[in-house]
Amino acid sequence: MAYDVVIIGGGPGGYNAAIRAGQLGLKVACVESRKTLGGTCLNVGCIPSKALLHASEMYEKARLHFGDLGIKAKVDLDLGQMHKQKDSTVETLTKGIAFLFKKNKVEHISGHGKIIKPGVVEVTDHDGKTQTLEAKSIIIATGSEPTPLPGLEFDEKRIVSSTGALDFPKVPKHLVVVGAGVIGLELGSVWRRLGAEVTVVEFLDRILPGMDSEVAKQFKRILEKQGIAFRLGAKVTGATTTKSAVTLSVEPAKGGETEEIKCDAVLVAIGRRPFTANLGLEDVGVKTDDRGFVLTDHYKTNVEGIYALGDVTHGPMLAHKAEDEGVACIERIAGKPGHMNYDLIPSVVYTDPEVAAVGKTEDELKEAGITYKVGKFPFMANSRAKANHETDGFVKILADAETDRVLGAHIVGTGAGEMIAEVVAVMEFGGASEDIARTCHAHPTKSEAVRQAAMGVEGWTMQM
Amino acid sequence: MTEIVVPQLGESVTEATVATWHKQAGDAVKKDEVLVELETDKVSLEVSARADGALKEIVANEGDTVEVGALLGHLEEGASGAASKSEDTSEAAQAKQDDAKATTEQKAKEPATVGASSGGSSQHLSPAPQRVVSEHKLDPSQIQGTGKDGRITKGDALKALESGLTVATPAASPERETGPREERVKMTRLRQTIARRLKDAQNTAAMLTTFNEVDLGAVMELRKHYKDSFQKRHGVKLGFMGFFTKACVAALQELPAINAEIDGKDIIYKNHYDIGIAVGTEKGLVVPVVRDCDRLSLAEIEKGISEMGRKARDGDLSLDDMQGGTFTITNGGVYGSLMSTPILNAPQSGILGMHKIQERPMAVNGQVEIRPMMYLALSYDHRIVDGKEAVTFLVRVKELLEDPARLVMDV
Repeated sequence: MAYDVVIIGGGPGGYNAAIRAGQLGLKVACVESRKTLGGTCLNVGCIPSKALLHASEMYEKARLHFGDLGIKAKVDLDLGQMHKQKDSTVETLTKGIAFLFKKNKVEHISGHGKIIKPGVVEVTDHDGKTQTLEAKSIIIATGSEPTPLPGLEFDEKRIVSSTGALDFPKVPKHLVVVGAGVIGLELGSVWRRLGAEVTVVEFLDRILPGMDSEVAKQFKRILEKQGIAFRLGAKVTGATTTKSAVTLSVEPAKGGETEEIKCDAVLVAIGRRPFTANLGLEDVGVKTDDRGFVLTDHYKTNVEGIYALGDVTHGPMLAHKAEDEGVACIERIAGKPGHMNYDLIPSVVYTDPEVAAVGKTEDELKEAGITYKVGKFPFMANSRAKANHETDGFVKILADAETDRVLGAHIVGTGAGEMIAEVVAVMEFGGASEDIARTCHAHPTKSEAVRQAAMGVEGWTMQM
Repeated sequence: MTEIVVPQLGESVTEATVATWHKQAGDAVKKDEVLVELETDKVSLEVSARADGALKEIVANEGDTVEVGALLGHLEEGASGAASKSEDTSEAAQAKQDDAKATTEQKAKEPATVGASSGGSSQHLSPAPQRVVSEHKLDPSQIQGTGKDGRITKGDALKALESGLTVATPAASPERETGPREERVKMTRLRQTIARRLKDAQNTAAMLTTFNEVDLGAVMELRKHYKDSFQKRHGVKLGFMGFFTKACVAALQELPAINAEIDGKDIIYKNHYDIGIAVGTEKGLVVPVVRDCDRLSLAEIEKGISEMGRKARDGDLSLDDMQGGTFTITNGGVYGSLMSTPILNAPQSGILGMHKIQERPMAVNGQVEIRPMMYLALSYDHRIVDGKEAVTFLVRVKELLEDPARLVMDV
């Protein structure tokens, strides 16, 4: 019997599409090649990294800051247990998705999915057995994989991707992170806290490309204060790996003398690329661009009945972007007006302090010639942050100079990822900085800093 | 307990204003006793008790706008209550009602600060647009929203403010302070309706007025001659209005456009002649309609007019009495007017203005004679009535009145 929808990929895009399809009464199957559901996000991405980020943050707090708070404790690292608690979280959550599938009558088919022709997916299971599924609609939600750096092939021991960096059995003495993006800075922070010397090598002359440059500059200063070393405007040209060490050749991006950096592990985090291997795209004629991204128009590929969403398509490679696309895509397949707002996808760096952003950066506004006003407020002046000894960072709100409509928000600070949600909601409703400024915020909370920054847009910040 | 509700008000009338409560909560009432008076666009009407009992509760206070079927109050049937209740209770009830009234008034006076103050239907504003709207007294219903689901953003409010289009709508504008020698009185609903309808007519029709004059000597002769026998036979005085109505109907039959109305891109010609007679009353101008004047005798028309006049003066006109006229006659002459340009009673296309009869020297067959003359005015909607038709109409009315035999001869 034919399915209404067969989804290839059980990550955030795929599994949310599957659940939504089930809710709307469509007959749906989700094909996943991993044994567990949840994709990169749950298995080797967002979730395990957050488990390590939280644990390592606690470790560092206990080690360095308990004394300030009047707590005396002797702290030892048990890395094995730290990995175990991470794995157990991952396991619980992946099982949770399996449960949600049952609840919403989604059929989970384990194996590698390949599109044979429009309307037909062939699944090869882990034992090599194949079956074919017929579907009115096929959704490609196969996600992405780490981009390797030529000359530094992943062995996941010495030269690792984000996946390997989640599983170091021992804290490396010196970890070099290639790429100062979100993943590099998060995992770099984890291992620095656990005792590694961390050097970040970045080709560009700034960290967090794409983020607001003022935020990036301040955040870099904070990370340096924490002990991370940066080599900006530098490229890795080669690596020599021995049993116990890696020697990297690094030279300035603009050219110049090569220098060697010795370390015992390298995390290559220069980005991710769409994962479409052995998916059958060429055979059925699904168009991709020269970097391998599947080209879509409102989730439709150029082949009738084949859709694509998430990391395998254009746009930010974020779980929540894929999730929303999964819902919108299924709603469209079901004949409903599925929609998502691509201008308001928040992004968060889960370090400590966190960095969170939504909407336009100041750089983008300048570039576009939009006249805007800025309101800023440092956590140093926020009472709760002060009480918690979490005073690093600030809030920056950007609003249209004429209409006061909020155009962007950028937060560096502990809990920034949660605080940004308020601004996203206001922006989704076309709200003004004054809307935030005139909304009651609980005291004492860090969210008051958001309000004070919003007041600053029109020059009436009250607590500074 | 019986609900007291707003009764059917007549076709196309859906709401009324509570004018006066004749009873207070707690009062004893008899069956058919008037409880409350309502005012609508067209008439005021009374709501009476359906049974003996006591007025338990007043829900709609004086000044409130109520829709057909809305709850006005509760009547407790058979309750002796009221009369036997002590003065105190009754006073308390009175006080309570006053309180309620005060609250309502206070609410009404507040500028439209909260979007919701004008009723549940207005949308909720977020804090920034709310501030802009309140500060500058904008009417949110006039602002085009561009936010999610059409919500008004601060930018929308600022834009509206800048465009100046929605600043201080009459409803939201603060009341002018009245001086020590001034008195502010709320316009009755009837007055508001008159004002609105007159202005609507002016704004809609291409209105202009043509004049003529008529020698009423012949009509006066007839009146003098048949006055007594007419009254004896028909029980009604032989006046001028019957002649004028007859003359108008004859002229309208000849010139159907003046008895027609515009409806969108069409013209509706009416093959019935229902003549509205404007009557001034204490409360304002009302225009009851005498139906099928083409089929009525002179005496029947006179009877109809006098009956309507009585009803108007006594406030007994029903809505049906005032609906559906096809042409109107107004007589400013009773107040001494020599000449006027009446405003159309929309959607009608013509209105005849009668004036004072005045003896004037006229040239008759080369001789100067003193004749009882009246100026006639016809205001008409030039969109569907041509000048020729309008002028011909007045000429025909003049001819018929100067030689009433024509009315009989149909020439």
